[in-house]
Amino acid sequence: MKKFFILIILFLLPVNSYALIEVDITRGNLNPLPVAVSPLSIDENSKKQFKDILDKEDVGAEISNVVENNLRTSGLFNPLNKDAFLQAPDIANLKPRFEDWNLIKAQALITGKVNFEDGKLRVEFRLWDVLAAKEMMALAFTTVPTNWRRVGHIISDKVYERLTGEKGYFDTRIIYVAEEGPKVKRIKKLAIMDQDGENNKFLTLGNELVLTPRFNPTSQMVTYLSYFKNLPRVYLLDIETGTQEVVGDFPGMTFAPRFSPDGKKIIMSFAKDGKSDIYTMDLENRIVEKITNHPSIDTSPSYSPDGKYIAFNSDRSGYQQIYVMESDGSNVKRISFGNGLYGTPVWSPRGDLIAFTKLHQGQFYIGVMRTDGSGERLLTENYYQEAPSWSPNGRVLIFYRETKSDDDGEGFSAKLWSIDLTGYNERQVKTPTDASDPSWSSLLSN
Amino acid sequence: MKLSKIFKNTILVLIACLALTACATKKTATSLGGQIQGDVYTGTDSVEYLADGVPDRVFFATNESILTTASRETLRKQAAWLRKNSDVNVVLEGHADERGTREYNLALGERRANAAKDYLMTYGISSDRISVLSYGKERPVDSGSNPLAWSKNRRSVTVKAN
Repeated sequence: MKKFFILIILFLLPVNSYALIEVDITRGNLNPLPVAVSPLSIDENSKKQFKDILDKEDVGAEISNVVENNLRTSGLFNPLNKDAFLQAPDIANLKPRFEDWNLIKAQALITGKVNFEDGKLRVEFRLWDVLAAKEMMALAFTTVPTNWRRVGHIISDKVYERLTGEKGYFDTRIIYVAEEGPKVKRIKKLAIMDQDGENNKFLTLGNELVLTPRFNPTSQMVTYLSYFKNLPRVYLLDIETGTQEVVGDFPGMTFAPRFSPDGKKIIMSFAKDGKSDIYTMDLENRIVEKITNHPSIDTSPSYSPDGKYIAFNSDRSGYQQIYVMESDGSNVKRISFGNGLYGTPVWSPRGDLIAFTKLHQGQFYIGVMRTDGSGERLLTENYYQEAPSWSPNGRVLIFYRETKSDDDGEGFSAKLWSIDLTGYNERQVKTPTDASDPSWSSLLSN
Repeated sequence: MKLSKIFKNTILVLIACLALTACATKKTATSLGGQIQGDVYTGTDSVEYLADGVPDRVFFATNESILTTASRETLRKQAAWLRKNSDVNVVLEGHADERGTREYNLALGERRANAAKDYLMTYGISSDRISVLSYGKERPVDSGSNPLAWSKNRRSVTVKAN
């Protein structure tokens, strides 16, 4: 019924608009915007210099591939086949012949130029509205050559923002748990990669069980759970230096850690004597505060982006449900009331929604609801999936899925998946091994 | 088991099923041979022994940490053994099946192990001798994806610490 309604609306809108192009990301996108991503033009000397430094034949083409891939995987754009392009990259960047681009049905065009300048990578790019025959945007960046992928991601963010009105999410990283081995003896390592799956790096060796890593929104720190010395505790890891540090001195298991939005506190669960409560620890003065005090299991805490509220998972009503309380633990309110069990609440960076996992009649769902619990919407259903994490613009969710194994434990796999808030564009996120517990960073360029 | 006994058990279990189908939230898993009752594993496949006649583990229903009569019997035997071997310390390792969210399962494993610990303490075993460690759903003993496997994984295992 909903799909039919959307189709009706699309038919009522004029097909040809002479206003500047716009992409609506709030509705299901059945018509991705056709965009031509021209390879960035590069002179022979620069090409050779970058080939020596980066071992890439044509860094101009490589950067445009990063952009094209980002735009395609967003589900909002349809990058056209380069073989059909009529104009050469260098001329297109100076003065596109809009009729040529119109011929192949492009509505937006991205062109640019790459230069080797004083040992640095200089990139300029332009975004053109083909139908209106106008330049929409022109920007230039200079950076070290090894940052060439980030240039592609930043261009993608600029284009996305200009065309949708929303900030992009391409210049970001995903931290997750890389998994290998049989289910009964799974080897888990912390891993980090660019959101497009490139530049994958393992951060731990796999000697101890590691779970649920989360980024600090303001720095290169990560918090996670480690079973180092068979003592499950929350740790901090500095991505740059590799140093690890246990958080606090708790006489029992701490787990389910996250950072506060200002990056100054860790919020987590502490389990003792059969119950789990939520605590915070200030990373500077090390002061520990107890936030919940109830004989039930209270876990999976997540701050609102303004730091004033905490969403969490509690079974105080008998089964796992989602609650919201003020950041000092007062005014606890239950917000989930549908059929089934609810877990893993995570507050959107936009502040407007809480994503969650739901288990009902043997099936797992990823869904969202408003912060008062109304408007519950289930986005996807699967044999097993959980733990959504928001892109920094609050438009995409990444989560993980496991497959059923047979009676011998064979056929089991765990993979990362992402889906748009609209419920469209569900896709697997590539990782070199099996993967779980993904967490999305904020935009690296801020 | 004699055929007639299997048949009788199956009928009993089916009747129990019918009686329990009114319960919306609890799933009653049954299997031939009566290895699960009231969603709790009652078999011995995965059970190991601390000593002759002293099983090392107890099992739980989905989302529960309640001890069944059989579990309490097992823990009574463990307590007796611990009283006889007063220099032995133990770690109670709590686990959950894979059909739940990861973080909640860590807490549930801890709650299950503590339920067993509390019961051992009622038999005079000092809490100094018992520590608790939850593995949530991270260390299943049976890697199958079926109710029988899951029931074997919902457990608290008593492990010698020294």
